[in-house]
Amino acid sequence: MLRELCRKMFPRSLWVYHANSGGCNGCDIEVLNVLTPYYDVERFGIRLVGSPRHADVMLCQGPAMRSTAKALRRAYDAMAAPKLVFAIGSCACGGGIWYDTYSVLGPVEKVVPVNFYIPGCPPRPEAILYGIAVAVGLVDKKVSPVKLKQLEFPIPRYHPEDLRTEGEMVVYQKQGRV
Amino acid sequence: MSLLSKLKETVICLQAGRVTLPYPQEPAKPPAGFRGRPIFNIAKCIGCAGCANNCPAREILVHDICQEIRIIQYVGRRCTYCGRCADVCPEKAITMSPEFENATNDIGDMQQRLELFMGTCQRCGRCFKEPGPMEQLMMKGYRLDLLEQERWVYDAKTYLDREPTVRDIEIELG
Repeated sequence: MLRELCRKMFPRSLWVYHANSGGCNGCDIEVLNVLTPYYDVERFGIRLVGSPRHADVMLCQGPAMRSTAKALRRAYDAMAAPKLVFAIGSCACGGGIWYDTYSVLGPVEKVVPVNFYIPGCPPRPEAILYGIAVAVGLVDKKVSPVKLKQLEFPIPRYHPEDLRTEGEMVVYQKQGRV
Repeated sequence: MSLLSKLKETVICLQAGRVTLPYPQEPAKPPAGFRGRPIFNIAKCIGCAGCANNCPAREILVHDICQEIRIIQYVGRRCTYCGRCADVCPEKAITMSPEFENATNDIGDMQQRLELFMGTCQRCGRCFKEPGPMEQLMMKGYRLDLLEQERWVYDAKTYLDREPTVRDIEIELG
């Protein structure tokens, strides 16, 4: 449903604004890598703009921090109404490896609502392209939550009633039942 | 002069050809040794929770909901794909897959949840003995200094030497 909404709201091109709220510049370099001729993202109509007022999409890198949370919120509010937010990197997705320090508030979604997540530390340029392709509707997302359950007890239990005597020896005949 | 340089530039640009990778249409293969999303194998996992102890982002949670069932939950929100869980796993139940296309619109899609039966003593019904402080340290990655005797070697001395350290000022009596 969100994809259909995206397709209706952003029919031509996404102009992205690149907001770093205290990351380590690793994700910034990968985002700039996406704009180079190798991973030419302008063929999808995506342009990097300097001001949030011109942008449709905000690419958030780095966790929401005490010092930059207010500025991030102001940048989000300055964007024009149909807007998307991408959280790029594990800092923006979940708070990063320093999630419990005093200056880190947590993931970016504590400050601005996030539409798409691209985990990775840093994500490969292909992963960022894949996220854009998922958002535009070219491909389907691959990941889904996995739940694994052991249905049977892996080791057969010890049943003392199965001990029987054969002459002088005590024999325990192993049985498969649980 | 400027026209000549422009022509030269054009020739260089024509020689370069097309370098853009046809990525979203064709799959891209990451280089060897790339660490992507960790994959948990429930058939091998013994529930030692070494991965949860070693995860620097504390993304693997362990719940014991009753005596015999342990739940190991990989949340994956702030996972940095460092591969330490795969390194410490004694049974090699965690493998770092080369899967990097993890973009999603719901971060809960990244989680993996394992429900394991834990072995208890069949006589008394309790779990096995907890690891002592030495084993806990070894689980965290510390190693013993004296491997033969399994002993730590301390540098600091808590006693005074019998022999004087400075031999020059021995006083001869009598």
